[in-house]
Amino acid sequence: MMAKLVDWIDDRFPLIKAWEEHLAKYYAPKNFNFWYFFGSLALLALVIQIVTGIFLTMHYKPDVETAFASVEYIMRDVPWGWLMRYMHSTGSSLFFVVIYLHMFRGLLYGSHREPRELVWLLGMLLYVTLMAEAFMGYLLPWGNMSYWGAQVIISLFGAIPWVGEGLAEWIRGDFVVSDATLNRFFSFHVIALPILLLGLVFLHIVALHKVGSNNPDGIEIKDNKDENGIPRDGIPFHPYYTVKDIMGAVAFLIIFFGIIFFAPEFGGWFLEKDNFVPANILSTPEDIVPLWYFTPFYSILRAITYPLFGVDAKLWGVIAMGLSIVMFFLLPWLDRSPVKSIRYRGPLFKIALTLFAISFVVLGYLGTQKPQGLNLLIAQVCSVLYFAFFLLMPWYSKWDTTKPVPDRVTAK
Amino acid sequence: MNRTLVALILMCLPLSLFSAEEHGPELEKVRIDLSNQASLQNGARIFVNFCLSCHSASYMRYNRMASDLGISDDLLKEHLMFTADKPGNLMKTAMSKEDAEDWFGVAPPDLSVVARSRKPAWIYTYLRSFYVDENSATGWNNTVFENVAMPNVFYEWQGKQRAVFETEKLTTKVKSADGTEKEKETEVEVFGHFELETPGLMSPQEFDNAIRDLVNFLVYLGEPAKLERYRIGIFVMLFLGVLFVLTYLLKKEYWKDIH
Repeated sequence: MMAKLVDWIDDRFPLIKAWEEHLAKYYAPKNFNFWYFFGSLALLALVIQIVTGIFLTMHYKPDVETAFASVEYIMRDVPWGWLMRYMHSTGSSLFFVVIYLHMFRGLLYGSHREPRELVWLLGMLLYVTLMAEAFMGYLLPWGNMSYWGAQVIISLFGAIPWVGEGLAEWIRGDFVVSDATLNRFFSFHVIALPILLLGLVFLHIVALHKVGSNNPDGIEIKDNKDENGIPRDGIPFHPYYTVKDIMGAVAFLIIFFGIIFFAPEFGGWFLEKDNFVPANILSTPEDIVPLWYFTPFYSILRAITYPLFGVDAKLWGVIAMGLSIVMFFLLPWLDRSPVKSIRYRGPLFKIALTLFAISFVVLGYLGTQKPQGLNLLIAQVCSVLYFAFFLLMPWYSKWDTTKPVPDRVTAK
Repeated sequence: MNRTLVALILMCLPLSLFSAEEHGPELEKVRIDLSNQASLQNGARIFVNFCLSCHSASYMRYNRMASDLGISDDLLKEHLMFTADKPGNLMKTAMSKEDAEDWFGVAPPDLSVVARSRKPAWIYTYLRSFYVDENSATGWNNTVFENVAMPNVFYEWQGKQRAVFETEKLTTKVKSADGTEKEKETEVEVFGHFELETPGLMSPQEFDNAIRDLVNFLVYLGEPAKLERYRIGIFVMLFLGVLFVLTYLLKKEYWKDIH
């Protein structure tokens, strides 16, 4: 019966072909390590956000008079509403944790290098879309930090010469963040950007499966195939990586639900205390701070305090912040090393990557602090290190010594 | 190398997690215990009798509170519902926003989630820090929230206390117009301690306990789900723990041939 149904579908739809190409006969390198869990975990995080988001949208009201109250209604009166809300708020932060680790994996093993440039670029588009999705979602609870965060970030567009003010007004749909802004952000958050995210995820995976996965050794398993044309170091994604990723997913869920049930505010890092006060145009929070996943870039924005070439510091800050994200897009062409994986690179790259990782974390922390005195100075040093990692890469990656790369993947 | 990197990043994390310290008046810690139902019930009684006349808790329903705190519908209607006629109503205040602004200059904030926007220790210290101040409109002032519009609603219980301030000398470096730095001494009034002028109906210990119960209730009010969150969480953790072991064994079984 089942086999008949499958045949019936397969005559009309490439069911078996798709199953084999992407799972049962998609050969992935057998030496994936810890860092290779985060791709499938990102997909899990996306599904969690979409499913919980659907339930939240059933009860949430995108209206300045009722938005804040509707979130509290979800927290109190909707059966299991508090769980949906905490899953969504914790999910957004953990989504970024997973994405940052996923991107860092790319840096470690050269996943951005030829022939995976397009996989990397699509991934970066996903990252930028995800940032927009998170930024707009953060306005919806209509807390005071939601309000002032949006106010500050949108006003950054105002720094652009000539068109800036008009552009900021066009984004808000008003002279200040208001009901019009809330409604359009709701629309983008629940429909426009999720569609874009799903489309990009599809393309990201199609592009990946065309070229095949990289691995911790950074060598191409397709260069060494057996008589049947199967990579000697490859194993079918299903069942090997499906069972492995299920184990990874359960480990992720332990952390995820541990936070949800025992520390959903995560000490103010996932849910800020100022956001338990309804939005108030007359009362600015003492420190306007975006959520942690934006703070490295926020730090770079605020690190620039000198006007230069007749352009004021604010605009330079906005330019630097924009460039700090653009840098990631250029990575496949900045990296000139003959090897991909950090395992076979020399000390220059290892030092550069370490400094970059430390700068990124320190910038993230400083983004939550007042930009004064020593904090400002450290943020400026870290911003320079951040850009140096990218801009000097064509040289240090080429000059760096390398170790010989093996023909076959090595044990984990 | 990879391990060093991870270790370095992990080392930075606690630094950032725990250094978010706040400045301001010294706050006294308060022991929050949501499993103490008697304390929560007493807190609810105080809240309804004292706070709800001016403040609202308009995201909370009376009957939800009653069922969570083990209060019967009859007791709820008799002792705890002054501003509503149905147990399913939201806990709104009897005072209109316009009246409140007329009387206090500012509308008293809704208290549903106040324990989430302010720390419990802040509320606990604040409610016990009112002192007599002839210069203020209400006759009261507060060391935690200076010139607050709210009067001391608990003065019958607490009695009247006076704040004793001490003068402290502060030396600051000031740059004068010619660029030289000079040290400037300023005197600032710093709060020292309270002196009980007229005792109230309660001893200080009894009063502290009453406010503790109220703050305990406010923490519950901020997030009623907290009562069940931890309990469910333990079962979820146990389930996932077992599931992890099973998925680990499954993975091991499948992978035993891969070398």
